[in-house]
Amino acid sequence: MTNPTSSVATTGSPGSRALGLATLLGLVGLLVLAFVLTEPDVRIHPSTGQEIGQFDAVRLLYLHVPMAVITYVAYSLAAFASAGYLIKRTPWWDVTAHAAAEVGTVFCFLVLVTGSIWGRPVWNTWWEWGDVRLMTTLILFLMFVGYLALRRTAADPRVQARRAAVVALVAIVDLPLVNRSVEWWENRTLHQKSTLGELKIEDLTLFTLMVGFLVFLMVFAWLLLHRFRVGWLTLAAGEHQVAAAIKERRAEADGSEVASAVGETS
Amino acid sequence: MKSLLSEAWLVASKDLRIEARSRVLTNQVAPFAVLVLVLFGFALDADQRTLRMFAPGLFWVAVLLCLLLAVQRSSAVESADDAATGLRMAGLAPVAVFLGKSAAIFVQLLVLELLLTAGIIVFYGSSVKNLFLWLIAGLVTALAVAATGTLYGALASGLGVRETLLPILLLPVLAPVLIGATRAYDDALGAAAVDGWAWTGLLAMFAVVASTLGALAYGALVED
Amino acid sequence: MTHLGYLLGGWGVAAVLLTVYAVSVVRRGRALSVSVPEDQRRWLTSQNPTDG
Repeated sequence: MTNPTSSVATTGSPGSRALGLATLLGLVGLLVLAFVLTEPDVRIHPSTGQEIGQFDAVRLLYLHVPMAVITYVAYSLAAFASAGYLIKRTPWWDVTAHAAAEVGTVFCFLVLVTGSIWGRPVWNTWWEWGDVRLMTTLILFLMFVGYLALRRTAADPRVQARRAAVVALVAIVDLPLVNRSVEWWENRTLHQKSTLGELKIEDLTLFTLMVGFLVFLMVFAWLLLHRFRVGWLTLAAGEHQVAAAIKERRAEADGSEVASAVGETS
Repeated sequence: MKSLLSEAWLVASKDLRIEARSRVLTNQVAPFAVLVLVLFGFALDADQRTLRMFAPGLFWVAVLLCLLLAVQRSSAVESADDAATGLRMAGLAPVAVFLGKSAAIFVQLLVLELLLTAGIIVFYGSSVKNLFLWLIAGLVTALAVAATGTLYGALASGLGVRETLLPILLLPVLAPVLIGATRAYDDALGAAAVDGWAWTGLLAMFAVVASTLGALAYGALVED
Repeated sequence: MTHLGYLLGGWGVAAVLLTVYAVSVVRRGRALSVSVPEDQRRWLTSQNPTDG
């Protein structure tokens, strides 16, 4: 039941278009660095003399590691905005929390998938139950899938906002507990051989990772901007529909009836 | 403070009395608990020796599944006949309602844990090597999940999708509890060489955090 | 290049999913903008050149 009020518009703006362009250029630069300019990870085994290492699989890390960092940024923002909403109770905080959580979950999913794809040739397994960071990220992902499911329920926006904020904050508080318990549970972890330590970090590898962080931060910002605007529009559209429905209803009734009912003196 | 506890007691005894009269716990949830143990037996197609190894984990998965039922029930009781409004109008402090409902679920879980322990002894050939650890870890875990469950029961209520939303909201958060409780029972049942008391400490911390957060958040949730 | 399949798979999934998501968000925005009157819009760019 949409009342088309005027022309179609887009959530884009000159600023977001500039950001989008810069992001695309950055992505091209990252791809060049990741696939052309950097070397595969090849090392010589000290005793056998064989070539070992991740070889070209290391190029997946230029994707996986930056996205992991962005995931934490996104969820931190979601938690911060959730707290902000509970304190300030203005829609801006709520829309920000929702947008950050949704974009963050997309990134989190990709972190898990790219990590698994990277893990197959390097660790020889698609999944490793004993890895601390992997388990924690999985639980984090599941918690926010629940958050997004709650967001899709038909409820009064204020009720939903309040509940979602609590869910997000409890999830973030729970995270260290999840991490600690998984860490205690397994002594050996594959991730602990931290990627940055295991790799022969040359200047170019590090530089490419940094470029990766920057580029994906831009991707995140662009997506967040648009998703925020969509959230804002959803609120505005909802309010507008309610106002229009009230107006319609009032128009149906006799003017004086309504006036006396709402206590307006003619 | 005293009135808070007495209000909580009021809510807890109300919930437990409803439970006693409707017998949902004894007629439905308890058989479900046993059923879960049996299903695991079928599914794992293993001898008792292997099942004994997994018994602690299977035990706590069964408890978590029963928790879902108990929480659903606890919050359904409030939605029926607009009882929630009645509760609000009675002027009870939300914290008291939270404590009372958690306590009621806690008691029910203790009963289920007792039943399930008998179940794994019979079906999986487990035996309680460290009675004290079994008791304390069981109490602490029940407390932790009862508090968390009550909070999430409120979060998922009144939306028409509680049955499907609650599990996906509640269970990931309880991952540390599942890990910890299983390890604690590994020790208590002699299934693995771990430090059960250290894990019980972690569980206790979780219980404290859950109760505190739950009490704080409950008030913010039920107000309008 | 070694492990080329994994590389293409990983980067490919990321590219596809992020693109699909971006497109879906922008389209959602377009669809919603129809329901919101002009005076209540913020940060939107109208497609119609005569509008502001």
